[in-house]
Amino acid sequence: MSRRRISLRQELPLLVWLVIVWGALWQDFSPGNLLFGALLSVAVARLFYLPPVELSGRFNILHAIPFALMFLAKVVMASMQLLFLAVWRGPRVKNAVVAVTLRSHQDLLVTATGHVISLIPGSLVVEVDRSTSTLYLHALNISSPQEVENLKNEVLSIEAGLIRIMGTRDELEILRTEAAA
Amino acid sequence: MSPDSTGLDAWVDVLSAVFMIVGATMSLGAAIGLLRFPDLLSRMHAATKPQVLGLFLLLASIGLQMRTLWVWPVLLVAWIFQLLTVPVSAHMVGRAGYRTKHLHRELLTSDELEAVVQKAAAKAAREDGSGDG
Amino acid sequence: MMQVVLAVTAVIFSLAAVGAIIRISRGPSLLDRVLATDVLLAILGGALCVDMAVNRHLNNLMLVVAISIIGFIGSVTVARFVADRREQPNES
Repeated sequence: MSRRRISLRQELPLLVWLVIVWGALWQDFSPGNLLFGALLSVAVARLFYLPPVELSGRFNILHAIPFALMFLAKVVMASMQLLFLAVWRGPRVKNAVVAVTLRSHQDLLVTATGHVISLIPGSLVVEVDRSTSTLYLHALNISSPQEVENLKNEVLSIEAGLIRIMGTRDELEILRTEAAA
Repeated sequence: MSPDSTGLDAWVDVLSAVFMIVGATMSLGAAIGLLRFPDLLSRMHAATKPQVLGLFLLLASIGLQMRTLWVWPVLLVAWIFQLLTVPVSAHMVGRAGYRTKHLHRELLTSDELEAVVQKAAAKAAREDGSGDG
Repeated sequence: MMQVVLAVTAVIFSLAAVGAIIRISRGPSLLDRVLATDVLLAILGGALCVDMAVNRHLNNLMLVVAISIIGFIGSVTVARFVADRREQPNES
């Protein structure tokens, strides 16, 4: 196992997250406790070495806030739809397994897209093909090819939103050329 | 509740009460879904989505009831843990369920994974055969 | 008012727990049972949250996080086990 040194800048999000978790666990955000948490998180990150997550190095907060709000609204909608289906449709519900090929080949972006679409109305990731970055979704309440198309378009638009937040410049270029076409 | 109950205070109480009841109803919805959906994969939808919203509403009602600002980051961390873990466990269970054929084909209107899985299975079988012989 | 809310949520959570337990006992496959156990743990966490909100304390917050993580680890472990056994029938 080669221990490639990773720069502090790449590791920083992980360390910040660990410090926040430490503070939350003690329910104490005083500077002394946070400093001790920072020391501990550096030690943990050095001792329990994991392959670094490839970050693209950009994060657009202006796109992130509307996306988070939209995500929250979709989570609410998902639960309401599920409640409705469970009570009124029950055993007669129709499903489909849909393949969606994503634009991005970054592990982080594919994972984030998978997480988001697992939580929006009526879809769940069943299988991931990492080499072609294809997600296979199980979709609830799909009865026509038209609805399959709608679902695919929705997944791709969610991926576009995530690319705008934290994708690389190349992926942004792909988005631009798609929008122009 | 508290003796110096101002108008705003009462409204916060009402809001958190609504959050608590709706959050509890989400758990009930998950249970109804578990009982009524016909196959494993659709039950999985019922098990994941209401959990996330239910915990969000219940944590928000805790935050409203505590009436202090410093609990919010703690609650947010708890919710983010849930957000990160629920899709992963649902995906693992769903993958195992799909591979062990726990789904009713007649309930699917289209299945774009089946051909891929069969191709992979055929390839694995060929490799097994060549490895043995 | 909070006592009324407590009673209502207690009834709802009990009904939900009964549903999950019925699915655990009846579930045709192991994965169904795992799923229902996960829901039962979530219901338990929700009940702890309501208790904290009504009585205004935070003692059980980390317990709620721990419960959700235990549910996660448990279901992932069982799912991996089921999938592995299926893929390598010779070794089981």
